[in-house]
Order: sequence, then structure tokens, then C-alpha cells
Amino acid sequence: MSTSSRHTLSVLVEDKPAVLARVASLFARRAFNIHSLAVGPTEHPSLSRITVVVDVEDSPLEQVVKQLNKLVNVLKVVELEPETSVQREVLLVKVRADTATRGQVLDVVNVFRAAVVDVAPEAMTIEAIGAPEKNAALLKVLEPFGIREIVQSGVVAVGRGSRSIADRALRSA
Amino acid sequence: MNAGSPAVTGGPGADTGLSATPRDADRTAERITGAQSIVRSLEHAGVEVVFGLPGGAILPTYDPLLDSTKLRHVLVRHEQGAGHAAQGYAAATGRVGVCMATSGPGATNLVTAIADAHMDSVPMVAVTGQVSSKAIGTDAFQEADIVGITQPITKHNYLVTDPDDIPRVIAEAFHLASTGRPGPVLVDVTKDAQQAMTSFHWPTTAAELDLPGYHPTTRPHAKQVREAARMIAEAKRPVLYVGGGVIRAQASAELRRLVDLSRAPVVTTLMARGALPDSHPANLGMPGMHGTVSAVTALQRADLIVSLGARFDDRVTGVLASFAPHAAIIHADIDPAEIGKNRRVDVPIVGDAREVITDLVPALEAEHAAGRRADLTGWWRQLDDLRTTYPLGYDEPDDGSLSPQKVIQRLGEISGPDTVFTSGVGQHQMWAAQFIKYEKPNTWLNSGGLGTMGYSVPAAMGAKVGRPGTTVWAIDGDGCFQMTNQELATCAIEGIPIKVAVINNSSLGMVRQWQTLFYDGRYSNTDLHTGVGRAKGQRVPDFVKLADAYGCAGLRCEDPADLDATIEAAMAVDDRPVVVDFVVHRDAMVWPMVAAGLSNDAIQYARGLSPVWDREEQDPETGLEMNGSAR
Repeated sequence: MSTSSRHTLSVLVEDKPAVLARVASLFARRAFNIHSLAVGPTEHPSLSRITVVVDVEDSPLEQVVKQLNKLVNVLKVVELEPETSVQREVLLVKVRADTATRGQVLDVVNVFRAAVVDVAPEAMTIEAIGAPEKNAALLKVLEPFGIREIVQSGVVAVGRGSRSIADRALRSA
Repeated sequence: MNAGSPAVTGGPGADTGLSATPRDADRTAERITGAQSIVRSLEHAGVEVVFGLPGGAILPTYDPLLDSTKLRHVLVRHEQGAGHAAQGYAAATGRVGVCMATSGPGATNLVTAIADAHMDSVPMVAVTGQVSSKAIGTDAFQEADIVGITQPITKHNYLVTDPDDIPRVIAEAFHLASTGRPGPVLVDVTKDAQQAMTSFHWPTTAAELDLPGYHPTTRPHAKQVREAARMIAEAKRPVLYVGGGVIRAQASAELRRLVDLSRAPVVTTLMARGALPDSHPANLGMPGMHGTVSAVTALQRADLIVSLGARFDDRVTGVLASFAPHAAIIHADIDPAEIGKNRRVDVPIVGDAREVITDLVPALEAEHAAGRRADLTGWWRQLDDLRTTYPLGYDEPDDGSLSPQKVIQRLGEISGPDTVFTSGVGQHQMWAAQFIKYEKPNTWLNSGGLGTMGYSVPAAMGAKVGRPGTTVWAIDGDGCFQMTNQELATCAIEGIPIKVAVINNSSLGMVRQWQTLFYDGRYSNTDLHTGVGRAKGQRVPDFVKLADAYGCAGLRCEDPADLDATIEAAMAVDDRPVVVDFVVHRDAMVWPMVAAGLSNDAIQYARGLSPVWDREEQDPETGLEMNGSAR
């Protein structure tokens, strides 16, 4: 699933109204394609983090990072490389499973260290948390059983090691 | 906060709040309304004039405005006029321009001017009223999400619902508008926030502003400056490519020192006319689509381009792939996002143009002292040859009618170099950029990036308010003039005696020129019937009668023999605005020209006439692309 043009940006922003809209509309306006987006609070009450996965070549990536930095509410933009970061997304998938196939589906769930979070007579809902590649592989294996619904979160990512992006951003401020 | 950035920057003369109003008094629990807080904040920001028009949602603020002795309010006839007036005021004075409007249509009428200020980096603060916070999102009467609407066209914007936030937000707005790369900031205040009681405290230090993500870089990196100086010293065919950033940074004196030291040729973009005097021998004039042959060719043949506060706009570069193919690029800009956006850069320098140039001068002196200095004699010989062979010029119409270029040239010559000229957008704008000789910065105001027809009259109004002792000429087209001429009423009533030269070719001239050149002369919807053409004698409207109706002096000139006398008659009017209807030949065209979608090597200095130069330097890349607006 990972391609050379896919980049994960960790964007540290002030927790203020319309910040997400400012960031999202910047991508649209400059014609950059957002693959996934996740936003949530951080260890600092006044800051939020937006993790955005964007499909873009290297040279326009530099431009989008610079444009993001121009937003007054943006404190820091860091690109997280797959090798030096942990990247996770949550997948909820509702798959057809009756008495005949339920056992096989459970085997798949175990192999992928996923979890069953809901069971109905004709279907079960599976939760998987992992790197986008792992979740994609799970979906591929489940596909023959009949997938009824997929819900996927955006990727969240954190750099490996002890350093904190927010601390560095606040220090430089 | 960025070291050294003042908390409040209303430009020169800004009141920091330390002297005029005792701080301790402000800190007391004196209760005032949010509306009073807005007015007091504007006073503390050093504002002397607000251009605006009231309405329901901003009504509370207009009440204390009536009592302010520091703020002059100029009541415009359309909010777009308020926006452009604030721009003209800012561009002419270097201070932050302020406009005010009500919610909904009042705010949306500001949008064009805000977008214009954003494109041309004009420091401006727009204050708008918003419906009550309880009504937001209900499609209330005169509700528009102006913060959402202006998000892509402001440097930053605010919705204020808590009156306690008003002083800090307005202080931040002025700081953002005037520091770093200048730009427009919109402050939208709900009606209930204006009506509620609050206390007032004006922020006096940077720490009191809440801008943790805003750190403009103004000081250039010394290593980059040294590298740039080395390249300038050694370049055999250097060109200084000077943009509007030099005007905004008020760096003309520093630029002059760099030019005299380096002896490098200079091109001044549409936004930078006047940054270096046109009388300076190193000034080749304007580059780009309608630039001089020497300026365009200098960039094409340069081995080094030093971009100072310019942004490699498509109207300058033509087809990017063939722009300046032999040149290394030094790109200095206060906005890092401009560097490398369009053209690959060899030496990037992030910083304020004035600081960059100030540092470049001693660095270049050091290079020269170390014996590094290329001989530019051959380069100058080529450029002087081009200047002599292909000067700017025009043919007089053979039917004895007025030549628009001549009108504009004489306006410049008669009114003189202290005059502020504004223009609309189109042929008259290009001629005003070409045929007026600018000797000083901030004397040429126009809508360069957005290309807003209708900018001229209200911008002239704002410039005249900011510099009342200066003659201000609005050079306008008959199309542009009809978009915003209602502000003549404002000028007449408020005692703002601007002068308007309508270069009347009875058509949307630049579009007509493109129709002549690229659409086989099929003139689709460009005839405005204001004086010349098929319906001879038909004038709708009659600009002289229109001037009269607005309480302005109205003059008309149709005969070249009357030209100077008419201009002098207009110069003599100083008790009210004056409008001169210059009825000109309608087939005059703007030359030189690089057609949209072509390489700059394909410049024509007149229709069908290209300069003769070495064929190997011509780029075959063509393919007429007609999607660019001729406006």
C-alpha cells in the first residue's frame, strides 16, 4: 500500500476553532490529495495534533509543508518516515459469517491478532489495529467471506525514540 | 515570540499605548462595551482613518466611533471601495489600512479587496460585524460565514464572540498584517460581543499576544548572504530582479547602494515600479508579458538572477521551462513558501528585503576587496544595444485621434515624480507602468496579482487620505471606472480631491486587444459605447456629466492639440475631485508583448515584429494557451 509518493505529516496545531478546516482546505486549495487524516488532543492542553497522509511527490511536498507552516495556528510540521516512526490505523470490518464459516473467520482473526467486537447470526464485526499494510492484508484475506462494511480511521503516527515534537516546537517558540 | 518583534505594529507612528492612554487606567475595572473596546483598540493600534459603511451587525461599533477624536471615518458608497481605499492608503503610506463593514453582504463586498491585498501583500485589517453568536449557523438575516469565506485570502482571520478578546485580537491582527510578509487580516465580531460589557486592556508586549505559531524570519542567514555576494561578484551576466517586496520593506535606499556597488542591471516588476528610479542608468524597466525588450532579454540571457522580493509570477516568467535557461538563481524573500515555488533556486535567502540588501552590500564590498569582480562591460554593451534598438514606444494614430500612450506619458511628465498614480487593470495599467517614469517608491499603486478592475478610484481615494499633500492621479479605463466610480461621491463629500484620467477607448481594451490578436478580430462583448467606435457620439455614460452629477469637475479631451492644456486645467483644480475623459484611439495596443503560453524568447516589440537575435537561444516550445484572463 505504501508508495513512494505517500507521506505522513504530523502537524502540531493550536487547539482553536476552525484549525482543522484551515489545514484541510489548504490541501484542497493547493491541489494536494489527502489520503487520510486524524486529529486529536496531545499532552499539551492547548495543542492538537493532525496526522495527515498525503499523496504527493517530493517537490510539491516541500511546498505543502511551507504553506502549512504559514498558517498562523500551525506550530510545527514534521514528516514521519515509516522506518523511524510507528504508524497505526483502526479498522472495523463487518464480515459475513454464518455457522459454516464462522470458524474460518475466527482463525483469520487470531492469525492477525485482531479482535471480534460484535457477533450476529449472519455476520461478525472485527477490530484490527495496525499499520496500514497489515490491515490491508487482513481485508484481503477476509474478502472471500463477504465484506459488508468497512470503517477505517486515519493513520496516527509517532516518531520512535524519546523525543517529543511538541516539546521541541514549544521550546523554539 | 520572535526576538525583537514588537507586540503592536501599526506601522510608523503607531501608538503603542504606552503614552497616549495611561496603562494603569486601562487596567482598572472600568466597564465598557465591546463596541467601545473595538474603537479604543483601533485608536491604540495607531489608526487614523477607517473606511467603511455601517449596517445592522456593526451598528453598536458605529455609535462610539462617532465620539472618537482620533479616528476619522470615511463613509464609502460600496464596501469594495472601503477595501481598496484601505489598500491604497496602506500602499501609499506603508501603514496598515483599515476598513469596516457589516455582516453578510457588507462583508462579502469586501472580499475582492481582501483577495487583492492578499495577492499583493498589502497590510490591511478588516473589521466586520457578525450576527449574534446565538444566531450563527441559523441562516439568520445578513449572515455569511465571512471567516470561512476569507480563509484562503487572508493572512489570518478571527471570529470574536467574547468581548474580553477584542483588544488582544485586534493587536494580533495589526501585528500579523504589518510584520513578516504583510497581508490582510479580518476580525469578525458578533453583535452580542459588541453589546456586552467588558474591561479593556491593550497588550503592550509580545508575550501578551497569543501567537505561538507565528515567527517570521526577517534576518537573513549570514552564510547564504556571503554565498550570494560571491555569486554576484563573479557573475558575468547578472540581473537584479526586483519585486514588490522591496517596496513593502521600504528598501529603496538600500537597493540603490547595492545597484551602484554591483553595477548590475535591474528590472523592476509591475509591483516594484519606483523601487529604483527610472532615471537610474541601471534600470532596464519592467520585465514580463508587457516588459521592455531589454528587461525581458536580460533575464533570458542572464547567468545569474538575484530575485529580491519577487515571486517568479507567470506574467514575468512566461513559460517556466524556457525562462532564463542559463541563470543561476538567488532568491531572497520573507516568505519561505515563495522560494523554489516556481523556479529551482541555487541560493535561498529567507529574510526581509531591506535586511537582506543591507547585509549584501558589505558582503559584496568584501568580495570586491578580495579582487573578485567580473567585468560587466560586454554585458552592458549587449543590453545598451537592446535598449537603443528596441526602446519603449508607440505609433501616433493616423486619424488624428488621441494616442492613449501619449496621454499617459504627458500625465506623468506634467504631474511630476512626486505624484502618486493608481491604475485599474488592463491596457491603461500597462501603459501607465511603461510610460510614466517613476522616481520614488510608493508612487505607483495597482492591482498586480489579482488584477482587479475597479481598484483605481477607491485606491486613489485612500492614497489621498494618507498623503493629503500629494497629487494623486487615478489612471483608469472606461471599463474599470464604471466598476467603482461611485466613490467619487465619497471623495466629493469628504473633501478628497483626487484626479481621475479615464483612458476612454470605449471598450474593454485589453480583452479587445486579445480578440484582435488571437480571435481574428471577433469583438465579442467588449464594446462599452462610452465615446468612440461605430456609434460615434454615443456616450453611455457621459463621463463629464457623470463627474458633474457627483459634484466633481468634469473635463474632456479628444484632440491631441488640447492634451497639455486639459491636463494643466485638471492640475489646477484642487477644491474637488476632477474627472478627465480622454477619448482615445481604440485600436492602440500594448507592446511589447509575450503572448500567454509562449516563451519569453518569443517577445514581440510590435505586432509581428520580433527582435533579431541568435537563433540557438530561441526555445521552440510554444502551443498557444489562451486560458489566461486578459483582464
